[in-house]
Amino acid sequence: MSLIDLSHDFETSVLERVLAKGRSTGAGFSEIFIEDKRAMGAGLDDGKVEAVSNARSSGAGIRVINGETTGFAYTSDLTEKGLMAAAEAAAAAASSGDGGTHTVSLQALTRQQVNNIRIAPTSVPKARKVELLTIANDVARGIDNSIVQVSASYGDSERRILVVNSDGVFATDEQVRTNFRITVVANGDTGMQTGFDSLGYTIGFELFDEESIEELAQRAARQAVTKLKARPAPSGAMPVVIKCGSGGVLFHEACGHGLEADLVARGASVYANRVGEQVASPLVTLVDDGTMTREWGAIGIDDEGHKAQRNVLIENGILTDYMWDHIRSRQEGRAPSGNGRRQSYEHLPMVRMTNTFVMNGTENPDDIVRATEKGVYVAKLGGGSVNTATGDFVFGMTEAYLIENGEITEPLREGNLIGNGPQVLADIDLLGNDFAMGNPGTCGKDGQGVPVGDGQPTLRVKSMTIGGTAA
Amino acid sequence: MSGRTVDDLQAIADAIVAEAVPGEQIAASLSRSTETDVRVRNGEVEHFVSAQSQGVGITVIVDGRTGTSSAGSFDEASWREVLAEARENAQYGSVDEFAGLAEPDGVPIVEQKLWDDDLAAFPTEKKIEIAKELERLVLAEDSRLRIDDANYSDGSTEEASATTLGIRSSSRSNSCYATVSVLVDDNGETQTGWAFALGENPAQFDLPAAAKKASERATRLLGAVKPPSRVTTVVLDPMVTSQFLSIIGGTLNGESVSKGRSIFADRIGEQVASPLVTLVDNPTDSRAYYARETDGDGLAARRNVLIENGVLKMFVHDAYSARRMKTKSTGNAGGCVALQLTPGTKTQEELIAGIEDGVLIDSVQGLHSGVNPVSGDFSTGASGLVIRNGKTAEPIREFTIASTLQRMLLDVQEIGADVDWLPMRAAGVSLVITGVTMSGA
Repeated sequence: MSLIDLSHDFETSVLERVLAKGRSTGAGFSEIFIEDKRAMGAGLDDGKVEAVSNARSSGAGIRVINGETTGFAYTSDLTEKGLMAAAEAAAAAASSGDGGTHTVSLQALTRQQVNNIRIAPTSVPKARKVELLTIANDVARGIDNSIVQVSASYGDSERRILVVNSDGVFATDEQVRTNFRITVVANGDTGMQTGFDSLGYTIGFELFDEESIEELAQRAARQAVTKLKARPAPSGAMPVVIKCGSGGVLFHEACGHGLEADLVARGASVYANRVGEQVASPLVTLVDDGTMTREWGAIGIDDEGHKAQRNVLIENGILTDYMWDHIRSRQEGRAPSGNGRRQSYEHLPMVRMTNTFVMNGTENPDDIVRATEKGVYVAKLGGGSVNTATGDFVFGMTEAYLIENGEITEPLREGNLIGNGPQVLADIDLLGNDFAMGNPGTCGKDGQGVPVGDGQPTLRVKSMTIGGTAA
Repeated sequence: MSGRTVDDLQAIADAIVAEAVPGEQIAASLSRSTETDVRVRNGEVEHFVSAQSQGVGITVIVDGRTGTSSAGSFDEASWREVLAEARENAQYGSVDEFAGLAEPDGVPIVEQKLWDDDLAAFPTEKKIEIAKELERLVLAEDSRLRIDDANYSDGSTEEASATTLGIRSSSRSNSCYATVSVLVDDNGETQTGWAFALGENPAQFDLPAAAKKASERATRLLGAVKPPSRVTTVVLDPMVTSQFLSIIGGTLNGESVSKGRSIFADRIGEQVASPLVTLVDNPTDSRAYYARETDGDGLAARRNVLIENGVLKMFVHDAYSARRMKTKSTGNAGGCVALQLTPGTKTQEELIAGIEDGVLIDSVQGLHSGVNPVSGDFSTGASGLVIRNGKTAEPIREFTIASTLQRMLLDVQEIGADVDWLPMRAAGVSLVITGVTMSGA
């Protein structure tokens, strides 16, 4: 199944008519978001390649904004008739009763492609993709006799979008992503432990020329085996050192969400009305950058048709800007920031992060550990979540160690860390010079998931609460 | 079957299955759904979503190899393409001697009321009015409250499936709910709360109760502080218990067990929980939010006793895991969807009255990142109220509670009578658990 050529299959005149229909009940703004997406996946579990699968979805979401009201309808019928019906439903939903004729005239299409794919995943035989799974399985099982189970998954997707709106936006993007994940279970005297690692980039199958599946499998397997000797994590507050490339989710939760302009405008963010203020340790410069080609959160245009941008959110600890989508930037009379994203044509866009990271500091990472008398060293963080209104957030540590007398010592069992965003940002007291991006992530907000990246150098938070069971 | 049969979808499912060649198993499922979603803020509609979608999914099994494919449209050209993809994908799976569709097992279906005509006929303007009414009711509760958003949502789904082993089913279902999330400001501090209203149709919504609940959730955490770390007794609020039980249900899944990923493997017949604990999964109980007639394999849903008086009785299976473990499907393709604990006799207040020193856990945060069902480690962010001398006292937040799933089941000290049929995979009930580590300042 090949994807629709979005730039050729829709006549400009049809799009103009649909946009005009969207504004037929008096709305000031109408938008067509057309998406064609295919995904292929394969999983291995218990030594067997399980259901190899394909999924295909295509459709259009029509958004009409009338004053403060948004009408939205979506359809999988991409004929002019289908688009017109959706536009009519969206227009009715945002009706002000004013009516009237609104014409829209589109200029030349802006064509983006977030990356130059070297090897299109669809050109690769499925047998080759399946082979990667068995390689990972064999490598992981060969690491140690304690390994009792391995599951791995391969996935690739190709997403074409076309965004057209009554302000004249007329842009298209093609986003190809490829990923691989592995989970290993080891069994020992104290029960089972898991190890996990993943790769994911906005590139094609060349991912597997550039990154090693064998090393990925080894890392996940060693993590599980190491954790067999883990002791319960401590409970209470203490210094936490987070390894480079493993803790970007800290910033994603501690402040990223709170810097999304929709939450700010609702007064549901602890960072509202604080631009220009010191909101973090002076060591922290936080950036959200959709233009980082190759990274998991990279985009050519956002899902409202605006080009991806690099946005500095916090500079030397001072809050410089929020992230913006169409609605919020229009309300503020400013330009959008390329952060309007949606899960699919069935969803309304919202302010979302892309690749969010903290820039390098100056410390040698080894010195950061050495400077810590007693604390926890987190080598791999799991997921997290935040209440943006209070700033309270949690995230899981999936690989962690005790720090005793400036040295990394015993492995710890899993647990959550908890903190308050503004407090933790202020408490970052050492920042390394070893910046790295972390694992690919899926950020959930209001029921929608989008791919995001994160990164940071090794850093220390003066005090965080570790949710373990040991005294 | 519920409502009228979905003839056109069933006909397509049958047509797909009829394509099977000798030696090939095919399962086809089709769905068509509609959705309305209204969000109101400050008395105005913020967004109104109205949409229709459809889909087809096909599984093909040949010589023990499985392939699947799906698409968002099911005209004949599309489903033929999906079928071809599924067949192609099947060539790349490993041979699995246990692969195969479910055999009909003769267990009768317990009919459920899944469709409501009043909901289907409910006018659009009134949907908007419900969200506005909920917003008004919340604001009337307490002058310090602000609305984050108030929502009305409903949806309907028509589904049909068929398999080459003769399982056919079709159904129509619809549902609706209203939700509100609120913020409360006091002395420069902000807290949040939320609530929902449920019913077979909007006339059954208890909006005043939802407004009260949202207000109570938000305001009772005002002034909350971070507590010191200690080992304590916790009372899980019904919503928290429901989340805990869903995790336990996952560990009793036959697939996890057969693949060596369950903390309860090899423990059938053993005391794995306090004798107070009897845990049942019963999707035929119409009070359960996910009550249903058939499971994901098309077999009749049924009542299964998983833990009885603390003794592990069984794991739940779909056709595949049952075959692997040389047993029969328990009608649980898709896992446990209607868990319930046998309730005790006390109200939450009475449970608290018996606790000298403890914590009422109002809500938890980060279960997805802090609980590992394979190792059993349990650690989650929480907020709630201190319990002192049998009464709730000051609010606390920004702390974690930690234990292991195994210990928590054994440490259940009391179960409340306050069963709450939440819109989740497990009914809620107050649960008293001892020996939990609270980690704070």
